[in-house]
Amino acid sequence: MTSFTMGKSLRRRFHRLGSLPYFYDVSARWAIWLAVPAVVCIAYTVIAGLVLVPPDYQQGDVFRILYIHVPSAWLSLFAYTTMAGAGVVALVWRLKLAEIFIVAAAPVGASFTGLALVTGAIWGEPTWGTYWVWDARLTSELILLFLYLGVIALHQSIASPRTAGRACALLSIVGVINVPIIHYSVVWWTTLHQGATLSLSGGSHMESDMLWPLLAGALGFSCLFGWLTLWGMRVQLLWRERRSRWVMRRIVNG
Amino acid sequence: MTRTRRRRLLLVMCLLVGLGGACALILIAFRQDMLYFHEPSAIAAGDVPINTRFRVGGLVAAGSVERPGDGLSVQFKISDCTATVPVRYRGTLPDLFREGQGVIAYGKLMADGEFVADRILAKHDSSYMSPDTAQALKAGTSDACLPANRQYSR
Repeated sequence: MTSFTMGKSLRRRFHRLGSLPYFYDVSARWAIWLAVPAVVCIAYTVIAGLVLVPPDYQQGDVFRILYIHVPSAWLSLFAYTTMAGAGVVALVWRLKLAEIFIVAAAPVGASFTGLALVTGAIWGEPTWGTYWVWDARLTSELILLFLYLGVIALHQSIASPRTAGRACALLSIVGVINVPIIHYSVVWWTTLHQGATLSLSGGSHMESDMLWPLLAGALGFSCLFGWLTLWGMRVQLLWRERRSRWVMRRIVNG
Repeated sequence: MTRTRRRRLLLVMCLLVGLGGACALILIAFRQDMLYFHEPSAIAAGDVPINTRFRVGGLVAAGSVERPGDGLSVQFKISDCTATVPVRYRGTLPDLFREGQGVIAYGKLMADGEFVADRILAKHDSSYMSPDTAQALKAGTSDACLPANRQYSR
């Protein structure tokens, strides 16, 4: 195959993704490839975090909650960033699938944010001596939760799906300003929350025995996010196109 | 990319840049108020309002913890290497409270320079290791002399 025809076929595949029935059919297959690594990685993280990993030299066993807390906090930022990216695509290219992605990803991202806040509070009480303080990191993460809830509420309050999709895209883009603020809050200001344990440039302050289960957890949570969002998109798609022929046909045929 | 799409993309970018700029200005304007605690060197430099309650954060200076009297009261010094603040506190302490550990005290600075706290929080330092590793490392750490928010960030 020449590179010309290969480029052409790649392009055609990309364009076919814009076709909603095609996406509905292939996404069922993709979901399996996300579900399996999600379950495997999260199972490994939970077992390793609870049993295999040694206790921390200062916190003892309390630190084990970070195997849930840190991946969910990372994903809460990652999910919102992908929503903002989809928001740009939805506003500029008017791609229906991008609007559907935002609507499907918002509840998943909100769940990760809520999980990060709750596990952080449970960890904070024995470690810091308080469940909650209004420092820059905790407050900006709470604002992120409200942004997610805002996207969900906005979508439900507008009847026309296209208008709702565009409004949600705009809110996703506006809210993404908060993502770097959350990330750098522990650098820019003094906070009760500690600084980053891991960084892309500067290595980690964590023993490798403790680190691998955490990275597996991050991978597992990412796959979980993709999986749940994909299923959410399929549900949204069916609801939006419920009057169209292709949905009818698929429902009649089972 | 068609012309309309390019125009829409430009609009979205303008929106982001404008919002980012506005947020940056707001955050710079409230810079002092976004701090959760002040460091002892800021108090020594006179950057902290005296007649109001505020938080001071740093490391518990090595060898400074005293428990006079009934055992509930505790006196220690919070240090960030360039300056120290003597702190008096009565009440329960968080589990992680110990010498060399990051803490945040909430209270008021007295005229004699002593900080009377009514609440102490422990600040965790973002490094995790097993007790064995900590034992092995114990010989050569100098982290006790870095400000709490810059610990381990080298």
